[in-house]
Amino acid sequence: MNALLALAAGLVFGAGLILSGMTDPGKVIGFLDVAGNWDPSLAFVMAGAIVVGFFAFRSAGRRGRTFLGGALHLPNRRDIDARLIGGSVAFGIGWGLAGFCPGPALVSLASGVDQAAVFVAAMLSGMVVYTAAERLR
Amino acid sequence: MTIDWAHFTPWTSLAGGALIGFAAAMLLLLSGRVAGISGIVGGLLRPQRGDVAWRLAFVGGLLAAPAAMALLGQGHAPRIDAGFGTLVVAGLLVGAGTSYGSGCTSGHGVCGLSRLSPRSLVATLAFMAAGVATVYLARHFL
Repeated sequence: MNALLALAAGLVFGAGLILSGMTDPGKVIGFLDVAGNWDPSLAFVMAGAIVVGFFAFRSAGRRGRTFLGGALHLPNRRDIDARLIGGSVAFGIGWGLAGFCPGPALVSLASGVDQAAVFVAAMLSGMVVYTAAERLR
Repeated sequence: MTIDWAHFTPWTSLAGGALIGFAAAMLLLLSGRVAGISGIVGGLLRPQRGDVAWRLAFVGGLLAAPAAMALLGQGHAPRIDAGFGTLVVAGLLVGAGTSYGSGCTSGHGVCGLSRLSPRSLVATLAFMAAGVATVYLARHFL
């Protein structure tokens, strides 16, 4: 049941990424290029998603459970450390270089975009490197 | 700064964003999970019993989205300038960076900001600033 719901959520999420234009790296880089010919579209994507998300998280917080009575698995970390900032900066550099972030890259991979396949393979490698490094710590 | 009116799509971007928010709401209110793509994928690389099926299903849904949108006549034509080497470096940075930073555009940028998390606000400002700086250097400096 949970898997079926997650499948539906993933499908709607991917449809939203395509409709919003976020699966086009040119559009993402156009947003990040504030000094050039700026495409503000991504701000509208964020605004649309956050307005809906705000009410969802508020509702979930008040209920303390899912609508089906299940547990909420929410991140509980509140620390702001060098790993958070350093990791996010590294992510931002990669995002600016290629115009792909994880969701749109996966969707583009499924559309048969060759460059997305290269990017996703490298992205998974980066995640594996992290997992291996964490095991050694 | 000039506005790129030719590519600016306020309404479809706003509607697409709302769909993304709705999907995050579905996953949260029905499955109790946060729709952070890097976290969902990363969890598959360190699998734990009982925590794999929903992740695979969500990724499966994402991968099915282009086919579903094609049925509705919604295609997409990506503009990609990055060559092979850039894609590899960018992918590595995105994979490792989102792992160390515990999230990406969806986990921190959408879900984290939706729940007013200061941690996610810091992360979002950091990756946005780094993205802007990178594009500035690549397009206007190098």
